[in-house]
Amino acid sequence: MKIIVCIKQVPDTVHVRIDEKTGAMEREGVPAIVNPYDLYALEEALRLREAHGGSVTALTMGPPQAEAALRDAIALGVDEGCHLSGREFAGGDTLATSYALAKGVEKIGGYHLILCGKQAIDGDTAQVGPELAEHLGVPFLGFVRRVREAGIGRIVVERMTEEGADVVESSLPAVVSVVKEINTPRLPSLKGKMRAKSFKATTWNAAALGADEARLGFAGSPTKVVKIFHPEARSGGEIIAGAPAEVAARLAEKLRSLGVCR
Amino acid sequence: MTTVRVLSEQCTGCGECVASCPVAAIEMRGASALITDICTACGICVTVCPVEAIEMEHVAPAARPSAPSHGVWVFAELHHGRLVGVSRELMAAGRRLADRKGTELTALVFGAAVEQPARELVALGADRVLGAEHPLLELFHDDAYVEAFMALADGQHPEIMLCGGTVLGRAFFPRLAARLGTGLTADCTSLEIDAESGILLQTRPAYGGNLLATIACPDRRPQMATVRPKVFPAGAADFSRTGAIAIRRDLDGVIRSRTKVLEVLEEVVQTVNIAEADVIVAGGRGMGAAENFALLEQLAKALGGAVAASRAPVDAGWVPYARQVGQTGKTVCPKLYIACGISGQVQHLVGMQSADVIVAINKDPQAPIFSVATYGIVGDALEIVPLLIKALHLYKN
Repeated sequence: MKIIVCIKQVPDTVHVRIDEKTGAMEREGVPAIVNPYDLYALEEALRLREAHGGSVTALTMGPPQAEAALRDAIALGVDEGCHLSGREFAGGDTLATSYALAKGVEKIGGYHLILCGKQAIDGDTAQVGPELAEHLGVPFLGFVRRVREAGIGRIVVERMTEEGADVVESSLPAVVSVVKEINTPRLPSLKGKMRAKSFKATTWNAAALGADEARLGFAGSPTKVVKIFHPEARSGGEIIAGAPAEVAARLAEKLRSLGVCR
Repeated sequence: MTTVRVLSEQCTGCGECVASCPVAAIEMRGASALITDICTACGICVTVCPVEAIEMEHVAPAARPSAPSHGVWVFAELHHGRLVGVSRELMAAGRRLADRKGTELTALVFGAAVEQPARELVALGADRVLGAEHPLLELFHDDAYVEAFMALADGQHPEIMLCGGTVLGRAFFPRLAARLGTGLTADCTSLEIDAESGILLQTRPAYGGNLLATIACPDRRPQMATVRPKVFPAGAADFSRTGAIAIRRDLDGVIRSRTKVLEVLEEVVQTVNIAEADVIVAGGRGMGAAENFALLEQLAKALGGAVAASRAPVDAGWVPYARQVGQTGKTVCPKLYIACGISGQVQHLVGMQSADVIVAINKDPQAPIFSVATYGIVGDALEIVPLLIKALHLYKN
């Protein structure tokens, strides 16, 4: 089974702090990491390879430093890493990004399954997976928490819903996006780390992919950011102080006056 | 094409922009900031520069010839044959946008039997309902949904299309947007029509909810958005309204699916889906143990709400993942959110800070949860919650 895992390098938001005065993000010293959800996708790919044989290729799009994300994937045990890099890819929205990834997937070729994390923690759109599936003309299974069966030409997964899950069967190839419930990602092995050290990604620009530049990056993005602004700060709250029974009674009174108490 | 540039003669070299850039595209070169190639033109630095030394240049992209589009279309989602909450909310929001643009509101509804919901959609404000009935549409199959849409649209070009930011909506709409070759904005919390251009301004949380971004799709149609549940109020149904209902039942051979739902697992013990709940009682690490969540169940019951949790109790196995609120869980927007023993890490806050009223109960007076709380109580949730339940029952009687 040939598996391609799409990964993204993102700022580690756990370390992002907000400057209380200006409300601006303090990004200094914030490390770049592999999008956490993509680690579950990588792990699932490695487990499927262990069970069924085959190969795992990691695919990323991003500036030159995004190669570090591929190196992390190699350290985990991925066989190959491909990097879509070039100014023409920059500033893409989900439509342009998914188009670029589709061209990358087609360039790699011969795949049975594409895995990705349910969303990236910097954009939180969860749109690239289904858009990629549409560009490739294959089915999409989103928010998958378990792969029940996988074989050549067929996969059965549990797709999370608001109430539980749907057990869904699909033909392959398909794009599957995964949630954190699916597995516990492994740590890189020593052997993997050694391999990652000497790893050199296969790098492609738009021309190498035969991609239509008008559909890539900022130029190929139908959506534009009009403005970015700070949410209105919540007005200073009221601290209810006093003995426990008293504060509980006063809070109950507040809740009742809000009309939320039945 | 938008580019961002530094007016080096005005730049004081303070470095605010370097720290603010989410993609680390700004470097200091001598006394001036320099914007490097990886800039995504998000414009955050423009807003943080204290001396207005950074500007965005917008060069309008060449207008694409696009067929004239009109009308606001809302995709109404069914669950067990009934409209889901966010679909009712979107009918009210869609009605407002359609009135603002002086155009008509069309509702789309797919399922095994859509006659009844179609009538309800007219009552909720639709001028016209386009329905599709087919066994494949009863549950979500992405191929079939996209093809059913194409069959119903049949060459019509809506100007605006909205769908709930549900598990279904967030898989179906991206696929449809890619099919239509247009833009889609995820999980919007505000929708406005720009007075000048008539373009839909779609606002959504960005960078983990610390900032809001307004997105537009200026040149392509439809302008598509998925919308977060509980953001817009639902309107009342008025069954005296009239509207045209057209239901297609001839989709055999027109739609197909390469996926098949074999089984539906319903696991949420309580019938309340936290994304749709008006009242949420959430517990954190401070609840101490799984069994203490029974207290929160009691409080939730007294308030007619649902129980949720921050990440720690989920990771500890006290509470199922479906109830996790925050960046790696669900985003909720209830009328009342009571946080019990939750410290309020930013990853949790982004999932609940748009609640109308937030009550925080926490032992640590420095806990960040108090910065977003409408009412804060410094105390042990395990002590306060039982007293609160008691007080609420007293009020009831």
